[in-house]
Amino acid sequence: MAGGTFEKYKSDGSLAGNALEWLDARFPATSMWKGHLSEYYAPKNFNFWYFFGSLALLVLVIQIVTGIFLVMHYKPDAALNANGVPIAFASVEYIMRDVPGGWLIRYMHSTGASAFFIVVYLHMFRGLIYGSYRKPRELTWLFGVGIFLVLMGEAFFGYLLPWGQMSFWGAQVIVNLFGAIPVIGNDLSIIIRGDFVVGDATLNRFFSFHVIAFPLVLIGLVAAHVLALHETGSNNPDGVEIKVNKDENGIPRDGIPFHPYYTVKDIVGVVVFLMVFSAVMFFAPEGGGYFLETPNFYPADPLKTPPHIAPVWYFTPFYSILRAVVWNFFGLDAKFWGVVAMGASVVIFAFLPWLDRSPVKSIRYRGPITKVMITIFVICFFILGYLGTLSPSPMGELVSQVCSVFYFGFFLAMPWWSRMDKFKPVPERVTMK
Amino acid sequence: MKKFLIALLFAPLMAFASGGNVHLDKWPGSVSDKAALQNGAKLFVNYCLNCHGASYMRYKNLMDLGLTEQQVKDNLMFTSDKIGGLMAVAARSDEQKLWFGATPPDLTILARARGEAGNAGAGADWLYTYLRSFYRDPNRPTGWNNVVFENVGMPHILYGLQGQQVLNHETHKLELAVPGTMPPAEYDKAVSDLVGFMVWMGEPQQEFRRTLGIFVLAFLGLLFVVAYALKKEYWKDIH
Repeated sequence: MAGGTFEKYKSDGSLAGNALEWLDARFPATSMWKGHLSEYYAPKNFNFWYFFGSLALLVLVIQIVTGIFLVMHYKPDAALNANGVPIAFASVEYIMRDVPGGWLIRYMHSTGASAFFIVVYLHMFRGLIYGSYRKPRELTWLFGVGIFLVLMGEAFFGYLLPWGQMSFWGAQVIVNLFGAIPVIGNDLSIIIRGDFVVGDATLNRFFSFHVIAFPLVLIGLVAAHVLALHETGSNNPDGVEIKVNKDENGIPRDGIPFHPYYTVKDIVGVVVFLMVFSAVMFFAPEGGGYFLETPNFYPADPLKTPPHIAPVWYFTPFYSILRAVVWNFFGLDAKFWGVVAMGASVVIFAFLPWLDRSPVKSIRYRGPITKVMITIFVICFFILGYLGTLSPSPMGELVSQVCSVFYFGFFLAMPWWSRMDKFKPVPERVTMK
Repeated sequence: MKKFLIALLFAPLMAFASGGNVHLDKWPGSVSDKAALQNGAKLFVNYCLNCHGASYMRYKNLMDLGLTEQQVKDNLMFTSDKIGGLMAVAARSDEQKLWFGATPPDLTILARARGEAGNAGAGADWLYTYLRSFYRDPNRPTGWNNVVFENVGMPHILYGLQGQQVLNHETHKLELAVPGTMPPAEYDKAVSDLVGFMVWMGEPQQEFRRTLGIFVLAFLGLLFVVAYALKKEYWKDIH
């Protein structure tokens, strides 16, 4: 238990022992090690879905370390160089060609961006199916939603930096969305850009947000997420609270120390993840044109609008919801309501702990209604994501409207459908399936 | 009505495919063919580099094609005498805009830029088809048009090699009206080499990247065996 107190380390008289005793008297080394690792008890029945938390942390480290090296060589400057190419764009190609190992660092970072969203989506899905957001873990979930929001901002700011065509026009489209807000919209979008169009001022401030402001907030939220988790302890695939059943020493009977059991297990997950990551990075670094969009190999040209502006794949489900709203309400433009719907589609995740009224947490003990609802939700999410990569079409619009209605229906009707289901009895102890 | 419904059903797919409505020939070359890449480099500096830059690329990187510094200097360097210099274009972009209506794009990563989502090889196919699809068109200021890139500003710079094609407006096929110095098969090979060079130049370390990838995956495979055995050993008492 993280909140517990641990005895200070007593030296055995050796030099190392004395050093540790000195340290432990001044810094909570033993208590942190024990409270968060060697005597932090996690349920013993974690399955495949429980790898993605530690993997998200790994990707965060990859992004920060590779980012540090990229910043050494990247130049956030929209001015043209002697060959008529924006300096920012040319500096990325300089990293790819002239910086020793630069191509590897850059591909790690660009593949890492997509990998981050893949593991975070899978991590969120785990929370959804096992009810990990339910009492008492609401705050862990809220910090997680905060991480997701900041991550989206971080990815959006970072995407402008290569200063390619899709960087430029993607930013143009998204910043213009703020212009749809009544009264203040226009001024707000000018404040965000720092100019009347996306330009050097925009590039510089997005660089600042991307390398300093958002990573700082991200790390703070990740720390809060983990601390809150360690306060309540982890949920598990059975949705059973292991702390209810403790042995005579106060240790949960179904718990095992995080270290060494889950450290060695997570290493296996890390190796498998790195194999997939490397397969993409070394053999298909463009991710089929979805991780690195091909129009971004043209330098930004403010006078040449690309025929089709598509956001990167991880934003496309929400982008589809934005495009699905085509009606004016209350004298306000459809674009404004599209922005509202897009924002709501992300923020609505935060309300899950209070929308879910099911008497059991895990999908294992919930009935067909839950399984059908979650399945349709996932299918809609994929369809919305796919449609977001395409140019607008009447059929695409209709399909995305249907999927958007279901997307919101899934959440808004949850207080009713989550209660209506048939439930199986939850066992007292976790099961090792 | 039925037709309309079917059209609706396939509308998203059609929107997806609408990137190119001209059939593209598959580029037959390979970036591991060093001799072809050298030939492509020669064609590139002789024909393309006069108007187009390759300004992210340095001359010294051409040595990766199996050439010595002297060979690069003697055969491939016309715009610079510094081996470490960028392959910049000599012409001024504002003048070029006046001549062609648009500044010719930088070609260093054009093969990558012309790729498509789901088809990374599309850039090479596009270039391979484009450079073989010029035809005579008296209505264009340069006297040239292109099937793949309609009303393109670029004249057919390789026409001395290919000869002059005309578009048969009944069959919509290109026909060779005036032969060039190369027979068609030889010209196709030359264009293939040139495209190969452009694909290589888009990412000169791509071969090394793939080779390194095999070693990394092999290492991770071994690491997996160790990691899995370690996990098994620790977990054998957990039931």
